[in-house]
Amino acid sequence: MDIVTDQQRKKLHPHKFTLWVAIASILMMFAGLTSAFIVKSNQANWQGVEEMPKFFWYSTVAILLSSLAIQMALRAFRQREMGKYRSLIATTLVLGVLFIVFQWLGFGELWDQQITFKGAGGGQFLYVIFGLHALHVLGGIVALIVMFIKAFFGKTKTYSSVPVEVAATYWHFVDGLWIYLLVFFLIIG
Amino acid sequence: MSEALSVHPEIVTTHDVHHDEHGGGHHKETFISKYIFSMDHKTIGKQFLITGIIWAIVGGLFSVLFRLQLGYPGQSFPILETFFGHWAKGGQIQPEFYYALVTMHGTVLVFFVLTAGLSGTFANILIPLQIGARDMASPMLNMLSYWFFFLASVIMMSSLFIQTGPASGGWTIYPPLSALGQASDGSKLGMDLWLVSMAMFIVSSLLGGLNYISTILNMRTKGMSMTRMPLTIWAMFFTAVLGVLSFPVLLSGAILLLFDRNLGTSFFLSDIVVNGEVLPNEGGSAILFQHLFWFLGHPEVYIILLPAMGMVSEIMSVNSRKPIFGYMAMLGSLFAIAILAFLVWAHHMFVTGLNPFLGSIFVLLTLLIAVPSAIKVFNWLTTLWRGNIRFTPAMLFAIGFVSLFISGGLTGIFLGNSTIDIHLHDTMFVVAHFHIVMGVASFFGMFAGVYHWFPKMFGRYLNNTLGYIHFWVTMVGAYLIFWPMHYEGLAGMPRRYLDKSGWVSFNQFGDLDKMITVVSIIVFAVQLMFVFNFFYSIFKGRKVTTQNPWGANTLEWTTPIRPGHGNWVGEIPEVHRWPYDYGKDGRDFIPQTEPIGANESKH
Repeated sequence: MDIVTDQQRKKLHPHKFTLWVAIASILMMFAGLTSAFIVKSNQANWQGVEEMPKFFWYSTVAILLSSLAIQMALRAFRQREMGKYRSLIATTLVLGVLFIVFQWLGFGELWDQQITFKGAGGGQFLYVIFGLHALHVLGGIVALIVMFIKAFFGKTKTYSSVPVEVAATYWHFVDGLWIYLLVFFLIIG
Repeated sequence: MSEALSVHPEIVTTHDVHHDEHGGGHHKETFISKYIFSMDHKTIGKQFLITGIIWAIVGGLFSVLFRLQLGYPGQSFPILETFFGHWAKGGQIQPEFYYALVTMHGTVLVFFVLTAGLSGTFANILIPLQIGARDMASPMLNMLSYWFFFLASVIMMSSLFIQTGPASGGWTIYPPLSALGQASDGSKLGMDLWLVSMAMFIVSSLLGGLNYISTILNMRTKGMSMTRMPLTIWAMFFTAVLGVLSFPVLLSGAILLLFDRNLGTSFFLSDIVVNGEVLPNEGGSAILFQHLFWFLGHPEVYIILLPAMGMVSEIMSVNSRKPIFGYMAMLGSLFAIAILAFLVWAHHMFVTGLNPFLGSIFVLLTLLIAVPSAIKVFNWLTTLWRGNIRFTPAMLFAIGFVSLFISGGLTGIFLGNSTIDIHLHDTMFVVAHFHIVMGVASFFGMFAGVYHWFPKMFGRYLNNTLGYIHFWVTMVGAYLIFWPMHYEGLAGMPRRYLDKSGWVSFNQFGDLDKMITVVSIIVFAVQLMFVFNFFYSIFKGRKVTTQNPWGANTLEWTTPIRPGHGNWVGEIPEVHRWPYDYGKDGRDFIPQTEPIGANESKH
């Protein structure tokens, strides 16, 4: 029996595994878009984004801090410090919403530079790619809201840290994805 | 012991609250939780199957309608006007209607029937049953997968009934045609509905695929090592990997197209004049869409075909009473096909102005697929060789699959050459090739699966006599329909054209086209007979009285005749051997659950 449970522990939890496959799948979508971008940017009459709106830097700070917050929340959960866990989840949630707001303002700033949906240059790709990324962050925010409600109003005690770990991994993923996309646009865009 | 290995306690408590006495399947179920919003993988599989059957009737009917036009151009069928109104004015199929029919036939059969209906059905039903799991890794996501598919179905179906009609630019929806509403009626609202429906469909198949992969890798019962899995499971696994990695790319193409259509971007549009109006779009590239589309589109072919291959391997071994020939070679060739699937997409684009040097690389990679395909064919034939063959309907369809795969695969060698493709592209030869190798062959795999696992799904048998009629008419009919199309294509007859009677050189094919149309109506009628057999047998079919009616080794036949949610009563059985010990040491078959004997020979 002991051997079996040992084997059990070594195995990745199916939900975590599912998340990793999902991450691979999401990456393929962005790989499709960014390679389309690279192909197009080598063609004639390409118009890139000259100046990255400053709000995208603010949003970078927000999402990096939120990643830190959810990691600390995970640690608090594991150590059963539920008060600390609750406030850290709330912090992550607020920072996540802040990220979305900054992205929206960033889009507005870009729009004011006369970079609209007209055309097929870096700016149009930016709206699509950053927009899809923001949708994935929104998905994470929905998951955080569910966890938030469970942490504050949940009647049952849960000891399994798997849901929190899954959420944290996803959150770090959208964070990393954002850094990749920003660097991508700074270098190639 | 084996329980501890395969059922993760956390899932049971967090997700399946009603699973407290898991294994028994005696939890309370209402009608809604059992048949509609069910989380039982078997019910979800049946939901996929029945939805797929409904779509297959719709898609098949569309082909009969446009075959009427192709076989009898200019002829009036007043009944069509009764049903379709202005789409068939004067009983004649109008051009817009014809293109809508062709487009929807392709979309429905490729995605809704042969992707969702085939791998959705059998991956759901077979994966947990054959690897020894109580359910999928996440039953919740699995249920969502079906309901996203249902939503996609509703949206696509609704597009058939709108004023301007459904999408009609071909199932490949190439821009600029599909991007510009003023270019054709089918590019108006119908196209938006197509894109939204496909986005839902992609979400559905991603949710399903995620589940299949993590279930196969994480939830196998004790002793079920990867190389003890039946080939069906390996095939479903590679199918899921292909889907998870290629569907997102189609999604990105679809999103860019939605932007072009509705928000004024020009990702795919440049220098266009429609009806004398010069469009402002500049800088886009229509070829870009083709790359994004075919990066999914080619793996999609294997998403359709691999499940059929897996099921055929299993059914063929069971009904030959022989182990599958070359298990590891079968596995290796599945793997090779899955890798190559991602490296050949540009062979759909040889005549788009692709760099000929690049073309030659894609020719090489394309022809490489012949190697694993030939290995598989060889192994199927050697499995049959000197077997104790039981010609059940399932077995007949499995053998038919191999026949179709050979004859359809050989024409792929012609089309895979970029030079011959200059002559053959967009002719009826292409239509003949992919219908035989991917369409009908995969349908045969699906039929084989339905006949073989119907007893497991519903606890009853399908009617055998109707099954034999179904097989022979479909087999002969498929060849009568698609074989002559090769000749038409070699002569240069284009596909997708409404009326070719303007070309004197194609007039010789007039009677041939009539014959094809008549046969396709007969074959369609026989499929309706199968549908009757299916639904009749669910309620009135001969009852299954033994646990293991086919004398098969795999785990699904160790469950009760009508398994509840949780599949096994008591512990999940432990696996001790591979699934293909047939006719070994003087025994007809040795189930996977039987420990290896002291004096047993190696396989």
